[in-house]
Amino acid sequence: MINLDEIKKIVHQAKNETLEEQDILIYTLHKIQDKIPNNFIPEEAAEVVSQELKIPLSKVYEVLTFYTMFSTKQRGKYVIRVCTSLPCHVVNGREIIQAIKDELKIDFGQTTEDGLFTLEETGCLGLCGVSPVIMINQEYYGDLTPEKVRNILRKIKGGAKI
Amino acid sequence: MPLTTNTILICAGGACISSGEESVKNALERKIKEYNLQEAIKIVETGCMGACSIGPLMVIYPEGVYYQKLTPKAAEKIVEEHLLKGRIVEEYLYKGDKGKIVPQPQEEIPFFSRQVKIATRNLGIIDPLNIEEYIARDGYFALYKALKEMKPEEVINTIKESGLRGRGGAGFPTGLKWEFARKAPGDEKYMICNADEGDPGAFMDRSILEGDPHTIIEAMTIAGYAIGANKGYVYVRAEYPIAIERLSEALKQAHEYGFLGENILDSGFSFDIEIRIGAGAFVCGEETALINSIEGKRGQPRVKPPYPAQKGLWGKPTNINNVETLACVPPIIKNGPQWFRQWGTEKSPGTKVFALAGKVKNTGLVEVPMGITLRELIYEIGGGSPTGKKIKAVQTGGPSGGVIPEEYFDTPVDFESLTQLGAIIGSGGMIVLDEDDCMVDVAKFFLEFTVDESCGKCTPCREGTKIMYEILNKITNGEGTEDDIETLEKLGNIIKDSSLCGLGQTAPNPVLSTLRYYKDEYIAHVRDKACPAKKCRNLISYVIDTSKCVGCTACARVCPASCIDGEIKKPHEIDQEACIKCGSCIEVCRFGAISKVSPALD
Repeated sequence: MINLDEIKKIVHQAKNETLEEQDILIYTLHKIQDKIPNNFIPEEAAEVVSQELKIPLSKVYEVLTFYTMFSTKQRGKYVIRVCTSLPCHVVNGREIIQAIKDELKIDFGQTTEDGLFTLEETGCLGLCGVSPVIMINQEYYGDLTPEKVRNILRKIKGGAKI
Repeated sequence: MPLTTNTILICAGGACISSGEESVKNALERKIKEYNLQEAIKIVETGCMGACSIGPLMVIYPEGVYYQKLTPKAAEKIVEEHLLKGRIVEEYLYKGDKGKIVPQPQEEIPFFSRQVKIATRNLGIIDPLNIEEYIARDGYFALYKALKEMKPEEVINTIKESGLRGRGGAGFPTGLKWEFARKAPGDEKYMICNADEGDPGAFMDRSILEGDPHTIIEAMTIAGYAIGANKGYVYVRAEYPIAIERLSEALKQAHEYGFLGENILDSGFSFDIEIRIGAGAFVCGEETALINSIEGKRGQPRVKPPYPAQKGLWGKPTNINNVETLACVPPIIKNGPQWFRQWGTEKSPGTKVFALAGKVKNTGLVEVPMGITLRELIYEIGGGSPTGKKIKAVQTGGPSGGVIPEEYFDTPVDFESLTQLGAIIGSGGMIVLDEDDCMVDVAKFFLEFTVDESCGKCTPCREGTKIMYEILNKITNGEGTEDDIETLEKLGNIIKDSSLCGLGQTAPNPVLSTLRYYKDEYIAHVRDKACPAKKCRNLISYVIDTSKCVGCTACARVCPASCIDGEIKKPHEIDQEACIKCGSCIEVCRFGAISKVSPALD
């Protein structure tokens, strides 16, 4: 469960870290989302942010729903972001996407039943020299083939650390 | 410091990390320790060396031997052979034309030798996390010169005279931008570095931040001094965690060494920088949307004027420059404007970093003088097609840019020439397309991107791009009409004229430029229901040439739809009704018996 005190602590820390108080909303939301195991911002946490930063809850949600990196829904332990930009597309990115979907049996925006993986699209990751590319949480994986990507996913399923 | 006999520079750019740099480095360290060589050999993890297609990479000095496509096993062998016995390990050397082995490609191969590195001068050479290495390469000398020997106006004039133009896409003169911010009334001003690099195919800003973060700190401080700001922000995409990590570390070091903070270098000038992280919105690369995002709002653009130089962050005068632009600033200040002008053209002086991607042999980052021709860039430096297929065009400038057909490859690359061709330099992404790429598909691809990334503020961009996308979808599915093509053209021009920010104003460009040069492909899609590049799935069929098929059954075994039939050693056949057109069969056929035809068979 989400510990609201801990979230309060994160907000306070963010307040101390930044020199200008007005601009810490996105920064704070990042910090909170990083701490919550399912990579999302639950309503309770958004409420704490709203109270502590004195920003109306509607404003907090305005921001939360605008940026694709934030989620208001529970996500998997591993968020897979697949680059769907042209440089990856022209080197068979489509097949990588299909391989992931087949392997995990989920579509974009969905989470596997075991709560392990969420599949999302992302803009260019800037690793076009080794396209096609995906990102799993904070790690990059490049030069992928359907075979390679299946292996990576199976390893993680098997408990390998990334 | 103990003297070392060898220094190994290993590329720790994002691309090499993703292809296994860490395991290679670990293997090196393990082996070096095993032979007790750790005192004699130094390993330095550097920023991006540029040649991403052949990573992980390392260079061993003093000889400068360039090893490529490394694995942990390769690393072990190189320690035992090269470092211990002095024998170069040929199998991991760079291979040029016809497999010729080139131990020191830096001198011989155009990909390396034709480059002139200004913005990327330290990439692949220094340890980005070691401020002393940056200083040893003349780092912070320009800051000293600016703060101690120059007035802010002189700094601005130097940048103006150098002719430096914004590398983020628009090509606006940087010195002029600084002057606007300097002259804007107000005591409090802000300096922002736009590191929200989002153009598909462009990754120079990521590489510079990862490989040389101090250059951005130095340049921002100089810019802050010039415009009269004491506070700076770097707005980085959340998709670039390595860049964020290294920049944070560099900021700490700069503070420790007194290059940031109060009274820098005893000049009386104070400046500080903070990082702000984006959250996945392409439009935030637009400067007013970026300002909104820093202020903790939705990243939607503002109406201009007032420009950021008048009313930017928190309503205060603000100057925003892109990463690559800033990386050029310290060398210009140190060496003078004429030094910078020795490269490039009259109107586009200096160099530009390009990111080569797509159907080109040498993918990666290259920095070359402006005015180089596309042909030199793609064939000489990029090495041409990796498969021998015919290169058809190059897409430049990402979703705001356009395609340039092969016939125009002798055009010099500068801001004006590419704009005349209906494309733009943009941020410098170059995606090479070959005969297998369908231009309607390329246009559709970019429109899908814009539909996703439109912030929704202006109706023409929000709704118009969606309608354009739907029409393109119709066309690639074989359901388009000739009227649709006309509508695309009309709608595209309306969106261009009536959108507020750069995203909407340029969103139709990929469609308009493909229509300009490849209208015949559009017409083939609507009139003949054929895709000339045989890419659009609904317009093609896979067929087996019975005279070539030997009946090996490889295709039948790999087909996920089980739609290939035939007896062993007899020609096979594809059931067109059941075929899902995945292309798996074509990949496994060793006899070249399977091909695609367009229009699709009934």
